[in-house]
Amino acid sequence: MINLTIDGKQVQAESGMTILQAAKANGIEIPTFCYDPALSKAGACRICVVEVEGARLLAAACVAPIYEGMVVHTNSEKVQKSRRINLELLWANHNQDCLTCEKAGECKLQELCYKYGVTESRFEGKKRNLPIFDDNPFYIRDYNKCINCGKCIRACQEIQINETYDFVDRGFNTHPDTAYRVDLMAKESPCVFCGNCVAVCPTGALTSKINRGTFRTWEVEKKVKTTCTYCGCGCGLELNVIGNKVVRVTPDLSGTTPNEHGALCTKGRFGFDFINREDRLTNPLIKENGKFRKASWEEALDLIASKLKGIADVNGGNSLMFLSSARTTNEENYLMQKLSRAVFKTNNVDHCARL
Amino acid sequence: MNYIETDGVKIVLRNFGKIDPLKVEEYVARGGYESLKKALTAMTPEAVIEEVKASGLRGRGGAGFPTGLKWSFTKKDADQKYIVCNADEGEPGTAKDRLIMTGDPHGLIEGMAIAGYAIGATKGFIYCRGEYTTSINTLNHAINQARENGFLGENLFGTDFTFNLEVRSGAGAYVCGEETALIESIEGHRGMPRFKPPFPGGAGLWGKPTVVNNVETLANVPVILDKGADWYKSIGTEKSAGTKIFILCGNLRNTGALELPFGMTVREVMETYGGGLLTGRDLQMVHLGGAASGIMPPALIDTPLTYEDLQAVGQGLGSGVILAIDDQKDFMSYICSNTHFFEHESCGKCTPCREGTARINEILHRIAAGDGTLEDLDNLKDLGEMMQISALCGLGQAAPTPVLTSLEHFMDKYVEAVSGKKNEVNEEAVATEAIHKSYYEAAPIKLD
Ligand SMILES: Cc1cc2nc3c(=O)[nH]c(=O)nc-3n(C[C@H](O)[C@H](O)[C@H](O)COP(=O)(O)O)c2cc1C
Ligand code: SF4
Ligand code: SF4
Ligand code: SF4
Repeated sequence: MINLTIDGKQVQAESGMTILQAAKANGIEIPTFCYDPALSKAGACRICVVEVEGARLLAAACVAPIYEGMVVHTNSEKVQKSRRINLELLWANHNQDCLTCEKAGECKLQELCYKYGVTESRFEGKKRNLPIFDDNPFYIRDYNKCINCGKCIRACQEIQINETYDFVDRGFNTHPDTAYRVDLMAKESPCVFCGNCVAVCPTGALTSKINRGTFRTWEVEKKVKTTCTYCGCGCGLELNVIGNKVVRVTPDLSGTTPNEHGALCTKGRFGFDFINREDRLTNPLIKENGKFRKASWEEALDLIASKLKGIADVNGGNSLMFLSSARTTNEENYLMQKLSRAVFKTNNVDHCARL
Repeated sequence: MNYIETDGVKIVLRNFGKIDPLKVEEYVARGGYESLKKALTAMTPEAVIEEVKASGLRGRGGAGFPTGLKWSFTKKDADQKYIVCNADEGEPGTAKDRLIMTGDPHGLIEGMAIAGYAIGATKGFIYCRGEYTTSINTLNHAINQARENGFLGENLFGTDFTFNLEVRSGAGAYVCGEETALIESIEGHRGMPRFKPPFPGGAGLWGKPTVVNNVETLANVPVILDKGADWYKSIGTEKSAGTKIFILCGNLRNTGALELPFGMTVREVMETYGGGLLTGRDLQMVHLGGAASGIMPPALIDTPLTYEDLQAVGQGLGSGVILAIDDQKDFMSYICSNTHFFEHESCGKCTPCREGTARINEILHRIAAGDGTLEDLDNLKDLGEMMQISALCGLGQAAPTPVLTSLEHFMDKYVEAVSGKKNEVNEEAVATEAIHKSYYEAAPIKLD
């Protein structure tokens, strides 16, 4: 254990920790933009700077290691001044469109400007002025709101293990983009539209297109934890609900699900519109005289059971074939083969994921 | 490039103009590779480091870090270590490393092999400025010759020490002279600095312990081993041992590069070797050390050119360039060309520098055009001071220095500029790469 002083408080922290981790472990929050525990470190946004006694420069808390006897001030006048100027710089090169921004209410830039009392910037002037990239069905890229934290780049490379983005241009014009700046739908683009980049973006630079313009983030009434039904991975989801309607899906970040860092795929994240669709099947249908009618689950299951039994009695179990689905759980698939082998005594069982 | 001959002792330019750089035998005839032989056959790596420490040699790449100390900080246990020579020479007006590379390439190669032996590196890279095609070709030629003659390769001088060298070329970014951006560039990534720690000595090239040294630093090493630390220390001053290549440019009668022991004053060098200013001109300022160094007012030109004396007056030696600017040059145009340079060269990784260099440049242009306010001056100071302590790498930390030091020494010019008097910025002078142009046109330094 290392002994150090943070904001006048004598604390202990594990050796090898950064100032940020040590502060957090002791209940002291330091603001960040480019830091994400699931991603490699960048140390680039410099909003987490803190004062270390005896050092000429401010230290980026997210990457600076702690040492015995270190004295840290996370909120001194010097630190606050640096953070305020940092925010003023970001704000000056931003399209300042909070009123219609999808991210409002959840935007890290908005949150920190509020916290540090930054209502305007002394450094207004030219802006990055890039076109808005609306080149795919899932998400929109508006780099006029980008703060160059680089999280989207790292999320794609390190969580999705894809290499869609890197920074392009230099200096003031730097921003993430695809190699050779191709559209995301172009065949040269490796993007699979998982949206993991969208999920980590702290600002409104990357936002989902699904239900765009129909709700504000603070209107979400509840987040219902559930398991994704698209495949057997069992990723944890939170269905964001407003008035009994699912408006978006966010990952379950509790750390108890198989998608530990909140990674989701394109279906789990963006493919939830079926939930509230009018033409969605919500009860079994039985076809009579060429027409479907609604039935109860009991009636439908009784009908299936009697028909299967009838066929097996006359032609034997091997006249039946059972095919199960990747959209059900492993347990359900196990039960399907049990039904096939133990009840109907046939090995005619297969699964769509094998096809 | 104009080389200015002096009477004094020469170390890194001892062979310049005296040998054919393409002939290794001429280097050998003047005692070349004897120091490497001595190190490998008669000294332990620790003894080499001790000798370099005792010599007082400090890094010539700009920061002046003691070289022996840097070597001794290299992580001991590692399956692979590297020695990297920083030959990016991106500092505007600076053309010193090129003299060594084109005039005496084996001096550098020998220095690198000795450094490799001292820190336990079997492989070295020379990261050379991309525009320096002559340097790159000369180095490659010399490396081949050294290999053919047993000065590079396996079992050097019958010992079990192996050392190989490779030249890598930069692609024009100033920031790639910053050691961690340089390492990223060699690895094939976008040239953006890494945060420190870890320092390269702990985890550098491909994560292995790496020492990065400037060309001029390494070129000193063979002479230190040959003549001894005491001899070396007797040259220059106590805290600035040895010699330094200075580059005179700007509005002087004579411009060019020369090797001098540390200790002459700025004025003495400008007058003795630069021939002074043109008749009828007065000195407005000196920009010493390169684009990222302080602006020196005439009142300070009697400061000796040493690390310690310059530091004492808030200035720096930087790369050794001495740019004299006379009273005919428009003050604001010059400052604007400097702020433009940094906006152009910021890599964009961290917020203070990416946004800050652009805003400083914008504010300066506004002031130069006569549209500035007193408030702008406060904002410049606030922003500049924030960048100095919050930017990720040395580029952003040093970028505001010319503005902040000129605010300190030339406040009257700024106040005049913001007090309503319309001022015409020379737009051409601040166009892309203009700072390079202004230096190179003033000094007959052509990129080869
Ligand atoms: C923006 C920037 C540019 C630099 N450019 C160079 C350069 O062109 N050549 C060089 O030797 N050092 C350069 N440096 C310094 C290097 O980072 C490093 O300190 C130096 O190569 C160490 O060598 P030394 O100890 O021998 O001086 C630069 C530093 C910064 C921050
Ligand atoms: S949607 Fe997924 S694959 Fe596409 S860029 Fe984002 S993280 Fe990469
Ligand atoms: S798009 Fe978002 S995540 Fe990516 S660099 Fe910009 S602000 Fe960061
Ligand atoms: S200080 Fe400038 S050059 Fe250095 S990392 Fe930051 S943006 Fe890049």
